[in-house]
Amino acid sequence: MARTAIEFRNVSKQYANTSQYAVTGVNMRISEGSFITILGTSGSGKTTLLKMVNRIYEATSGEILYFGESIKNLKIEEYRRKIGYVIQQVGLFPHMTVEENIGTIPQILRWDTDKIAKRVEALLELVCLPPRDFKKRYPRQLSGGQQQRVGLARAMAADPDLMLMDEPFGAIDAITRQNLQEELIGIQRKLNKTILFVTHDVSEAFKLGDKVMIMHEGKIQQFDTPYGIISKPANEYVARLIATQDIVQRLKVLKAQSVMLPVDAQVSDRAFRVGTEESLHNILTYFLEHDQNHVLVEDCGRGVVGKITWEQLKVSTRQGKILSA
Amino acid sequence: MITYLLRYYDQMLILLLEHLYLVCLSLIISLLLAIPIGLLIARSKWLSTAALSFFGVVYSIPSLALFSFLLPAFGLGKMTAIAVLVIYNQYILVRNTVTGFQSIDDSIIEAGYGMGLSSRYMFFKIQLPLALPIILGGIRIATVSTIGIATIAAVIHAGGLGVLLFDGLRMNYLPKILWGTILSSLLAYLANHLLLSFEAKAIEKARGECRGDTV
Repeated sequence: MARTAIEFRNVSKQYANTSQYAVTGVNMRISEGSFITILGTSGSGKTTLLKMVNRIYEATSGEILYFGESIKNLKIEEYRRKIGYVIQQVGLFPHMTVEENIGTIPQILRWDTDKIAKRVEALLELVCLPPRDFKKRYPRQLSGGQQQRVGLARAMAADPDLMLMDEPFGAIDAITRQNLQEELIGIQRKLNKTILFVTHDVSEAFKLGDKVMIMHEGKIQQFDTPYGIISKPANEYVARLIATQDIVQRLKVLKAQSVMLPVDAQVSDRAFRVGTEESLHNILTYFLEHDQNHVLVEDCGRGVVGKITWEQLKVSTRQGKILSA
Repeated sequence: MITYLLRYYDQMLILLLEHLYLVCLSLIISLLLAIPIGLLIARSKWLSTAALSFFGVVYSIPSLALFSFLLPAFGLGKMTAIAVLVIYNQYILVRNTVTGFQSIDDSIIEAGYGMGLSSRYMFFKIQLPLALPIILGGIRIATVSTIGIATIAAVIHAGGLGVLLFDGLRMNYLPKILWGTILSSLLAYLANHLLLSFEAKAIEKARGECRGDTV
């Protein structure tokens, strides 16, 4: 059982000079290593919820625990250094090179120069920016996508356990955003960070999150896996929100492992094999293009773990559609 | 013209040095006051607007009037002159300090605090270098205007290049007027040029344009 990284205990937030609560009575646990997306329209309280975690905003009431300890009892600067923080406008320091930006926190933590230099290079590789070309550049010499890559690298510099991301890809063009999303999924798999990721983009939330938290009017409407939400929306608001996605979009969200049927231990079948993360959209395309009616689902390392038939695909798609219509 | 220079260069040099002394001393005092005031009021929108409109009103008072207004308090001489120059500089310097710090993108501040930087680190390593070009711009304008206004201080016996000007006017003697004008303009020009080069360096630094000297 994974440890609980962050726990909200009846957390509410009311801004000064307003009568309404931005966030009302949130209770929730987030286990270590999970990728949580927080989805909502503007004014839903999603960003407020995120920014209470690193105390950019202070909760009006309730308590937030970080690995079991109330964050109010932690020294704020030391606590924040354990959290990677990425915001939409990136906020790189314009008078420092990429290298200096990424090395800021390690330097404050007094790592030795060699270790910092190695760390910076490793991080730049991780976010797909060749260190030799990029480490001496200044932020203004980077495109928007490259800036956010550096922002991501800077946030991970001191190897934080937790990452908070506030619409990090919101201002980036569609193609670059897709690449960044995929890279982020890869990074999360590899490093097993706990990530809280705020977005207003339904597809993005469903694509990235192991679990999606839907916020509306300061309350959590539903907190479940993408499949759980699409197949069983908790209320009308959630149903309406996901109905804004058309069926093709929804198939892109659903992953092979969420609908696959169990198979016998030994499979000698020569059928096409897909990864557990493959989207149903791609599987449908395969069915249509190759006139096939089943594929096998393979988990790297564990071999074949399930199968998806044409019938199963139809049923799960319809289920999602009927329930959310 | 030249004969006047050859005959009185020693007196002119003394007046020039006196002028420099007035300008430098009042600038130092102005900065010591303006930077803390600017920092203090930059945090509040309301306070900075109020303080800046107050300094703006003071700035619009003609210098001759302000000199005579402060005479009862400080008497004839350098004290009053410096007090007046310091008061004028507050508007320019405080305004530029406030603008300098307020012009920094909020996202930079939020990212900095969010990643766990201390206020001290934020101030010295992030905010100050980014605000510096605008602050230096203020210092430059203040210096040039101080050099100009300081000539009027001669009226209240504070010395400086204004002595040449006013003596020339009283005696209707052209070389004195011309030399007073030339010297004070030259001084203002050189000061402007020197400070402009510092400012250009600070801008390069703040925008991330300098190369090779950062590592």
